[in-house]
Amino acid sequence: MPEQPNLVCPIPIKDYPKVVLAHGGGGSFTHDLIEKMFLPAFENPTLSRLHDGAVFTTDSGRMAFSTDSHVVSPLFFPGGDIGSLSVYGTVNDLAMCGARPQYLSAGFILEEGLPMETLWKIIQSMSRAAQETGCQIVTGDTKVVDKGKGDGVFINTSGVGIIEHDRNIDPTEVHPGDAVLVSGDIGRHGMAVMAVREGIEFETTLQSDCASLAELVQDLLKANVPVHCLRDLTRGGLATAMVEIAQTSGYSIHLDENWIPLCREVSSACELLGLDPLYVANEGRLAAFVPSAYAERALQVMHASPQGESASIIGRVAKEEAGLVTMTNDLGTSRLITRLSGEQLPRIC
Amino acid sequence: MKYLDEYRDGEAVRRFADAIRKITTRPWTLMEICGGQTHSIVRFGLDELLPEQISLVHGPGCPVCVTPVELIDKAIEIASHPKAILCSFGDMLRVPGTRGDLFSAKANGGDVRFVYSPLDALDIARKNRYRQVVFFAVGFETTAPANAMAVYQAHREGIENFSLLVSHVLVPPAMEALLSAADNRVQGFLAAGHVCAIMGEEEYKPIADRYSVPIVITGFEPLDIMEGIHICVKQLETGLSLVDNQYARSVRKEGNVHARRMIEEVFEVIPRKWRGLGTIPQSGLGLRGDYKAFDAEERFSLSKISAEESTECIAGEILRGVKKPHQCSAFGNRCTPDKPLGAPMVSSEGACAAYYRHRLITV
Repeated sequence: MPEQPNLVCPIPIKDYPKVVLAHGGGGSFTHDLIEKMFLPAFENPTLSRLHDGAVFTTDSGRMAFSTDSHVVSPLFFPGGDIGSLSVYGTVNDLAMCGARPQYLSAGFILEEGLPMETLWKIIQSMSRAAQETGCQIVTGDTKVVDKGKGDGVFINTSGVGIIEHDRNIDPTEVHPGDAVLVSGDIGRHGMAVMAVREGIEFETTLQSDCASLAELVQDLLKANVPVHCLRDLTRGGLATAMVEIAQTSGYSIHLDENWIPLCREVSSACELLGLDPLYVANEGRLAAFVPSAYAERALQVMHASPQGESASIIGRVAKEEAGLVTMTNDLGTSRLITRLSGEQLPRIC
Repeated sequence: MKYLDEYRDGEAVRRFADAIRKITTRPWTLMEICGGQTHSIVRFGLDELLPEQISLVHGPGCPVCVTPVELIDKAIEIASHPKAILCSFGDMLRVPGTRGDLFSAKANGGDVRFVYSPLDALDIARKNRYRQVVFFAVGFETTAPANAMAVYQAHREGIENFSLLVSHVLVPPAMEALLSAADNRVQGFLAAGHVCAIMGEEEYKPIADRYSVPIVITGFEPLDIMEGIHICVKQLETGLSLVDNQYARSVRKEGNVHARRMIEEVFEVIPRKWRGLGTIPQSGLGLRGDYKAFDAEERFSLSKISAEESTECIAGEILRGVKKPHQCSAFGNRCTPDKPLGAPMVSSEGACAAYYRHRLITV
């Protein structure tokens, strides 16, 4: 007789009997959902690596597969829109596996009443982004939901890419002594979108950093930088990515705040709203873990790429204090970096 | 923003730390009033730079933390009303009441929206004339002027579907309550710069005189706080108890006259219940005169809702500076930001959240 599946719902997770927004915030609520529901239910060695994409071997070589759903309000924001974002999202997840993105699918959930002109603009933007990244959108699906049951348009993209080298690039490859690099200044996407979100608009010239990182990754590989791990810094920001990698690798990460690139607009807007830029979302930034002897070479490669002009070496991996992330500052003191519960919310005064 | 570099300059901060060390001859306990200051202290590790004799305790100045649990229950009750839109500062959404939090109320179908200003909530009321729009007006003297302005404008424009759920509290009465408590340890205060930017310096003089405590109006950046501590310790060491202003770049003696006038137009001083501190006479604001028509408690008949705090949460002792967050037996195990027992673990200005996020404390 087959084993009886476990039908007891592990919920309430954190005492919430229903899904709340924080479950999608990329912080500890999301982490809990993955750890307590998705991982045990779908258990397999590929998934449990908890990387941005899945890497598997076929008869013709190694491939990467990933998926990403996009819900963003407003649909068009300074520096991008949901269309380009949905292409770059999956392309970047594939790139983080060291893969060259090849084919994408696009699933649309459209809300009744969405102007055709809006949809056309989004499709055009996806088409441009796909061309730019050398990908083809080769399959798709469309569903329409009643008015009021969607937010204009939701897009899911999935993608496959080929891995043209024999290196394993994932969090379990991170080693003590590795240098941590970030490919550019952080927080642009989150703050650019927040600035135009209903209810909390503020004036700024900030543009989202929304971009493909596939070229930058290929440049690193071509330059023979023995990359140990790459991580796309999306929701939850640099801090959450570091916590995830520290926990998966079992080593600690020590960052130096002075070296974390941050533009004035982002730091000012964060100060004003009481947000920590370390947790603000990015859509065109990655963190790279490389052996310290190759850190300078990796930095040079990044600086030579349009996506890595403001790249910086921001920290190192150590054996002690396993699983923890700390950050020292200009005052010579240090603090712990932890996972947030959900999204950061603007402070009161 | 220029101050970000100037007021976080490591060398300048260390110079103040040295200066404090030089003048300190015995133990002193100082309280920073504002939760924003607490977070700066913990985030930048400023207390680690101070001599051992200087002990910083964290004050009640976190608007989320001091809002009593029954007000959260009232907000949830409003949010569950099918024709209501409850607008709130984002930070309030995660604070637990006795029946869950506002995030859960939203997940249960309530129309809960987070806004950055009460004037945005007023705008939502203008656009939704057939629905009752309520703004959850929490905070100290800093948020009062904008909340007053929203009601003033609603009154002037005849916007009848707008109201406030008021939970406004005032800093000076809380300081007096702390100082007159039998277990008080506080010998000097760093007063909250933003509050004083509105209210000015005057109301602190009687407190400094009556209780012989120095009160230094202080900003929020590392350099501000170190300078505030330096001024405060200098007074303590020389036996002075004066009101001093470290944050002169923002705080004028008379405060912001227009903002104060707006507060006085719309609000009157009333007794208020504080989470963890109980009811303090003359310690809060309520709507006055004609503006009482904009009171959501009346409009939604909420006066019957009352609730008591969790007995396990020691928020009261934390907010009075009697205990530090990690001295609570629930800290980090039964109480975390994901599953908070009390507000100080939730708010971005709460002392418990600051310790949990930034400190390596083994529990």
